[in-house]
Amino acid sequence: MSESQVPSSPQIGGIGDFLRFLLSEMKPKGNLITPFNVISSIIVAVGLVLIVIRFVYGIGSITNLDQDNPWGIWIGFDVVTGVAMAGGAYVMTFIVYILGRKRYHAIVRSVVLNGFLAYLFYAGALMLDLGRPWNIINPIIGNNFGVSSVLFLVAWHFMLYMAAELIEFSPAIAEWLGMKRLRKILGGLTIASVIFGITLSTLHQSGLGALFLMAESKIHPLWYTEFIPVLFLVSSVFAGLSMVILEGSLSHKVFADRVSKDLHHRHDDITIGLGKICAGAMFVYFFLKVLVLIHGQQWDMLMTGWGAWFLVELIGFVLVPLALFFRAVREENVKMVKVAAALALTGIILNRINISVIAFNWFAENPYTPHWAEYWVTATIICLEIWALRWIVNRMPVLGDPPAWARNMDH
Amino acid sequence: MERRDFLRNLCIAGASAVGVAAAGEAGAARQKKEFVSVLVDTTRCIGCRNCEVACATENGLPIPDNKDKTVFENIRDMTPDQWTVVNRFDTDDGEIFVKKQCMHCNQAACSTACLTQAMYKTENGPVIWRAGKCMGCRFCMVSCPFVVPKFEYHSANPKIQKCILCYERLEDGGIPACVESCPVDALQFGSRREMVRIAQNRVADYPDQYEDHIYGQDEVGGTGWLYLSAVPFDQIGFRDDLSHEPVPELTQNFLYAVPVVFLLWPAFLNGMRYIKTEEDEEAQIEEVYNPGDES
Repeated sequence: MSESQVPSSPQIGGIGDFLRFLLSEMKPKGNLITPFNVISSIIVAVGLVLIVIRFVYGIGSITNLDQDNPWGIWIGFDVVTGVAMAGGAYVMTFIVYILGRKRYHAIVRSVVLNGFLAYLFYAGALMLDLGRPWNIINPIIGNNFGVSSVLFLVAWHFMLYMAAELIEFSPAIAEWLGMKRLRKILGGLTIASVIFGITLSTLHQSGLGALFLMAESKIHPLWYTEFIPVLFLVSSVFAGLSMVILEGSLSHKVFADRVSKDLHHRHDDITIGLGKICAGAMFVYFFLKVLVLIHGQQWDMLMTGWGAWFLVELIGFVLVPLALFFRAVREENVKMVKVAAALALTGIILNRINISVIAFNWFAENPYTPHWAEYWVTATIICLEIWALRWIVNRMPVLGDPPAWARNMDH
Repeated sequence: MERRDFLRNLCIAGASAVGVAAAGEAGAARQKKEFVSVLVDTTRCIGCRNCEVACATENGLPIPDNKDKTVFENIRDMTPDQWTVVNRFDTDDGEIFVKKQCMHCNQAACSTACLTQAMYKTENGPVIWRAGKCMGCRFCMVSCPFVVPKFEYHSANPKIQKCILCYERLEDGGIPACVESCPVDALQFGSRREMVRIAQNRVADYPDQYEDHIYGQDEVGGTGWLYLSAVPFDQIGFRDDLSHEPVPELTQNFLYAVPVVFLLWPAFLNGMRYIKTEEDEEAQIEEVYNPGDES
């Protein structure tokens, strides 16, 4: 724990000092002209133009959505898949704060930050898909509560969960700003917001699946089941953790100078441990999927083209990564854990896109395929999120150790 | 004890006021009007498309040219500015014309799906859409088993468009514009109970002319629009595989589980955490009693 890793916190003398500190922190750090910066700037610049076009000429101007396919990849990928992948935050806070597994403590901040940003940007991307976003105030202020709607539940849980995650992360902000008393208060809120956050996550991860329950007559029977909510919840556990594994090893390299020694030493150990949990969760998920398939008595459908596609998802991207996770954990093979995580994540993308887009209106003569601008805007959102993540990680104690004064504030 | 008496009286007054209000509500519920309904007899329809014109006129939509018979060459769907269409089907029984529009389900999936109550099942039966509440999420479109609500994809201020069963005309004691325009009584308007009875009688009286199936009587728990046909309904563009269970019931179990999870989960998590802390303390105590015991 060398001093260089402790982020410089401002010596607050007065409001003037504080503002000067904020202003200096606003400036970008490091080399501006990097391949990533150039490419992402182009993506964002074009993406912003596309977004302007969308708001002037309507959603149909840059998407291929139609009357039969009202939801495309902005919902199916950005929101439905994005939230599953952000599930790592509630799983990690459960492991660290409820089960008390301290060895994962070093990554919990970065996981919560990633979760929060994912919700902020991907749920924020929802605003682009809303035809009349100015009326989003209605379900919030309560003049029109559609309480019978699953979407009402999901929307509220998104908002509340974002608040819970912000509180969970807020000690890092206070440490960055050098606000000791605030840090102590915010640290005291962590457990409550963790418990609240896990509860909210349980409900809205499954709730995202429940959104599709009323579309029984439109979703292919191999994917439609009354157990969609349970499947969504269970799969969010390993989807979230797989994301933590991949994202963790990536930011470990990218932000090498910000990583604490402690985390650096434990990183492989943590990755193997997460792989073990993934293996368990995936086993439960696979078991449930097979159980639903048997229960539905739809063996004959497996012989169709749709059945083949279903098996690609179930065997190639559930069973194979499941076996890989088990093997990797037994052999303590970090690399194999990462391969398994990548396959598992692909499987999650496939599953969510299948239910919300591909197997939705499967009988349609002209199936929906996304407009290039739909992909582009999605890429824009991802770039913006990475910018935000990078800005925060380079300033606040996320991967590194908190400042010395904050180290013994919890417990 | 004047003050206590006063309070007590106030409480009694309050309670009785609530009681009266509740009783009044219950009374109103009992007197609630039956859902309205339209019976479509497809054996009578001649494909004149007067209903399309009447609908457009009533709702301020572009007026279709009903002299143009080429439209029948393709099966058409409703659009944001055409809330009803008449299609022609070539069946075992020759050409059959079928009018299509929102079915106004008894338990509407769209209104259940709506998180702002913009899509709204009125107590008379019409399902209406309210611009000031809608946020354009299109969950109603995802949920509707008949793919009825249409969205204006090319507008900066898009609306959800669909038949609203001329609910304003109904409030003034009128009948829907399309029904009024029908020259051959293929459309009949009345209470749902009455329309079901008429349809049943017609099927019973002329078993050779009709399929023994009133479409909409049981589909998705019953719809406001009912159809009679001479041929099986899958030949005239209807899905015959829809469940008789109301669509909103598909999410009911999930929604019932929400408050239970919301109350039990935090308590359970807290309990787990408590046990874990206890365990840690036990371990510490043990360490104090057995110092140097490394295993």
